[in-house]
Amino acid sequence: MAINWFKYSAPSTFYWLAGKLAPWFAWPSAVLFAVGLYIGFFVAPTDAQQSEAYRIIFLHVPASIMSMFIYLVMACYAAVGLIFNTRLSSMMASALAPTGALFAFISLWTGALWGKPMWGTWWVWDARLTSELILLFLYFGFIALHASIDDPRRADRASALLAIIGSVNVPIIYFSVKWWNTLHQGSTVKFTGTSMHAAMQQAMFTVLVACWFYAIAVALARVRSIILERERNTQWVAELPEARS
Amino acid sequence: MLEICNLACTRGDHQLFSGLSFSLAAGELLQVQGENGKGKTSLLRTLCGFITPAAGEIRWRGQDIRELDEEYYAEMVYLGHLNAIKDELNALENLRISAGLAGCEVSDKEAIEALRHMGLRGRETLPVKVLSQGQRRRVALARLLVGNAPLWILDEPLTALDVGAVGLMQELIGTHLAKDGMVVFTTHQPLEVAGVELRRLTLT
Amino acid sequence: MNPKPDNKNRLSLFGLLGLVISRDLMLAMRRRADVLTTLIFFVMVVSLFPLGVGPEVDMLRKMAPGVVWVAALLSSMLSLNRMFSADYIDGTLEQMLLAPQSMSVLVLGKILAHWMLSGLPLMLMAPVLGLQFDMSGQALWVLVVSLLLGTPILSMVGAVGAALTLGLRGGGVLVSLLVLPLCIPVLIFGTGAVEAVTSGMEIASHLSLLGALLVLAFAFTPWVTAMALRISME
Repeated sequence: MAINWFKYSAPSTFYWLAGKLAPWFAWPSAVLFAVGLYIGFFVAPTDAQQSEAYRIIFLHVPASIMSMFIYLVMACYAAVGLIFNTRLSSMMASALAPTGALFAFISLWTGALWGKPMWGTWWVWDARLTSELILLFLYFGFIALHASIDDPRRADRASALLAIIGSVNVPIIYFSVKWWNTLHQGSTVKFTGTSMHAAMQQAMFTVLVACWFYAIAVALARVRSIILERERNTQWVAELPEARS
Repeated sequence: MLEICNLACTRGDHQLFSGLSFSLAAGELLQVQGENGKGKTSLLRTLCGFITPAAGEIRWRGQDIRELDEEYYAEMVYLGHLNAIKDELNALENLRISAGLAGCEVSDKEAIEALRHMGLRGRETLPVKVLSQGQRRRVALARLLVGNAPLWILDEPLTALDVGAVGLMQELIGTHLAKDGMVVFTTHQPLEVAGVELRRLTLT
Repeated sequence: MNPKPDNKNRLSLFGLLGLVISRDLMLAMRRRADVLTTLIFFVMVVSLFPLGVGPEVDMLRKMAPGVVWVAALLSSMLSLNRMFSADYIDGTLEQMLLAPQSMSVLVLGKILAHWMLSGLPLMLMAPVLGLQFDMSGQALWVLVVSLLLGTPILSMVGAVGAALTLGLRGGGVLVSLLVLPLCIPVLIFGTGAVEAVTSGMEIASHLSLLGALLVLAFAFTPWVTAMALRISME
């Protein structure tokens, strides 16, 4: 049976679909977080050099990966919205931005928490932390530009262009920061264990999947509110049971 | 030459017009009418390609203006609410630069002639900031004289003009139409061109 | 059906480029204060650093390239708003979008004019400021070359930001928020080159990377800016 995917690109049908799908991502996400963090905090062995402090990586690493991944996904959605003029893709892009920014922030925060016991200072100008900071700035730029344009269409298109430029720039920024870091012989966060224990890998992977599911669930919930806000004057919104009550 | 099929335009949530169709042939004069906020300016800006229509097509010589792009722009002049002239420059510089941006080089002599025709004799080299609103409008309108584009799109061309200049404008449009030109315009003042039937399009 | 108008008076692309540049320069000459304020801001920011961190010559010499570059970055941000806003307000930008020539060329003209009015004066001023920081002659040369390669990139990337924030409330701060992160590689390679020469390392790699960024920016930003302007004018 062929599914008509285009049917779901209409905001009215996607609103319904997103409502149905969101719980299917939210609950597994909660369970996976619980399992992953349990393995990370209680099952995984203590690291020989870093003792217990290393356990923050079970949050830090997945958050960093997600922050970069979400930026790319967001830029792709934005590009599709810009090129094919599909409203829903642009809405998805703006729904993803706050989640991406949140992950970038968590990554910085946990990085600082990890840095304190490791190097005795909250912040080191390490290549990865610095790139993460710049990524957070890029998210802020996207959100700020979108928020300051009143016309939603112009906001979508302008911030889409910014996201595309940003995603082209991310690798350039990353390599330049890395280069800068090696020139100045800064310290680099490296997990010292040559081979990761199996339990550590499991924990990190489980938390990563949990973060992923969380991002999808939250983006779907957020896109529902964006759809409602944008389509508030349409017939189908007026007919929604939640709008009538 | 200019064909509009089933055009619709939305601004924000609000639909200004839809299902609009008309065509304009050489030598025709079209006035777009409607109350404030009915989308007159938006229609003209859509014709210029600033606004992407929500639906429908605009064709020039049988081709979509989006595809024609620069070819279409070479054959049209748009005069909006804003005069597009710089206070720091004088009338002559303004005219030569705006003609240059529109893609045609104009000699000093041609430019001065055009400005004099618009009743700006003796004001050619004064900075525009000392000119009155009406005189600035005349500087902007002088652009119509130096180009040779067949399609004129004029948004409220008569604002700030005195009776003499309105007469001049009518004469200008008359000669343009006689040379097989086309004019689409909006106005709240009466504008009559001798010997030409005025077509009206009312936006509701 | 009337014939298509003849093209005998059509302006060539270089003619258009020249027209846009000379127009912007002429406008700036009639309003010199704008250009001067940016330059004075640059001088001021650079001069504030010794007051903030103390006058030890060794430390100043070490920070000089970074300070000059960051100040250049900030002062070029200040002047970005001017790039399109005046034309936007008086309607000239509408006419530019209707120009029957490539919009990218027109935008490139505006970018080059902006660079001549913001980047070029900074570049010429930088050696004088470098002397305040006791930079060596060789380092001053490299600083000027790095600014020569780098400041056009700031104008180009800045143009995209300026086009995206056209006519927005608080556009001035917003444009910095958008553009500054994108300019970080320029800052890194620009200061890197100067630091390399003072520590006796080779500078070619820094400068060639800056050059590569310049080529990349030159190839894409006028086109992207034109697109951003169309989006903003809708």
